Amino acid sequence: MHEYSIVQSLLDRVQVEVDARGAVAVHRLRVKIGEFSGVEIELLKSAYDLFRQRTICESAELDLVPVAGRWACPSCQRTIRRGEILRCIDCDAPAKLIEGSEIILERLEMEVA
Amino acid sequence: MCETCGCGDPEIVPIEVQESLLAENDRQAQHNREHFDSHGVLAINLMGSPGSGKTAVLEATARARESSGGLIALSGDLATDNDASRLQAAGIPSLSITTGSACHLDARLVHRALHDLEWQDAEFLFIENVGNLVCPAIYDLGQAANVVALSVTEGEDKPLKYPVMFRAADLVLLTKVDLLPHLPQIDVHAIEDALARTMPDLNVIHVSATTGEGIKDWLGWLESRQSAEPAAVT
Repeated sequence: MHEYSIVQSLLDRVQVEVDARGAVAVHRLRVKIGEFSGVEIELLKSAYDLFRQRTICESAELDLVPVAGRWACPSCQRTIRRGEILRCIDCDAPAKLIEGSEIILERLEMEVA
Repeated sequence: MCETCGCGDPEIVPIEVQESLLAENDRQAQHNREHFDSHGVLAINLMGSPGSGKTAVLEATARARESSGGLIALSGDLATDNDASRLQAAGIPSLSITTGSACHLDARLVHRALHDLEWQDAEFLFIENVGNLVCPAIYDLGQAANVVALSVTEGEDKPLKYPVMFRAADLVLLTKVDLLPHLPQIDVHAIEDALARTMPDLNVIHVSATTGEGIKDWLGWLESRQSAEPAAVT
């Protein structure tokens, strides 16, 4: 359940922006979660609902945007489909994860006095 | 207040951040990595399920070397310092990191432990992570390489069930291979096939801590990493 640690990092990161701009409330957060990020979206939601209480994010909506994993050959760029051997049959190169590993705070909306 | 029209409504400001929520951990990990590199210490993040044989492999590693000098370990567990005690008994100076309820080590916990361990003169620092095939995979500790211990008794489809862990692995130690004659239902090729579908640069060494099989190959792999450039973490 490292989702608790991720939520703590999220709240800490938001606090930095809040302090920098003297915000009085946070309305919305948008976080991108990759399929291979190791983070479970449902667990992250529950962890957020628990941890946001009595923080500046108490009434902030959390939008979680899932990102599907996408593998490709780094040499010929051929897409390597889900469940295939992760090595290019033409180039013999190990596949590279093009996207799907991210845990990124994209943006937030906050209220300034 | 909204200053544009004077309506008195609060002003909502959108802020673009675009930053990884692991950024703070990654910064600390990079700091650890600089420590390890500046002392020429090869740090290995050893992960795997509870009971996959992480500690036993390290004990066998100490036995197989001419001397146990040069090895040092940090051992993460939710409770007890049993693993660190076993490693101490095997001649590997060790320190336990008790995580309480945390299911993984992070770079900060490792950094703090480094202050209490004479690690600077070691050749290899083994960071034995908390037994868990999920959470430890995403936390960079500053290691040069990730090694995952997977025992033959865990089931052929474990890599497919835990793809995040095996994607992060630079090497898989397939442990307890001495048990294979007693496990007619386990097909090693099926395990390797599952690994090939989750681990881009497939690299597996079959080992047995009991018989010592494969331990020389594992030592050879460690030495090859020692002479290689420190791997960049992606």
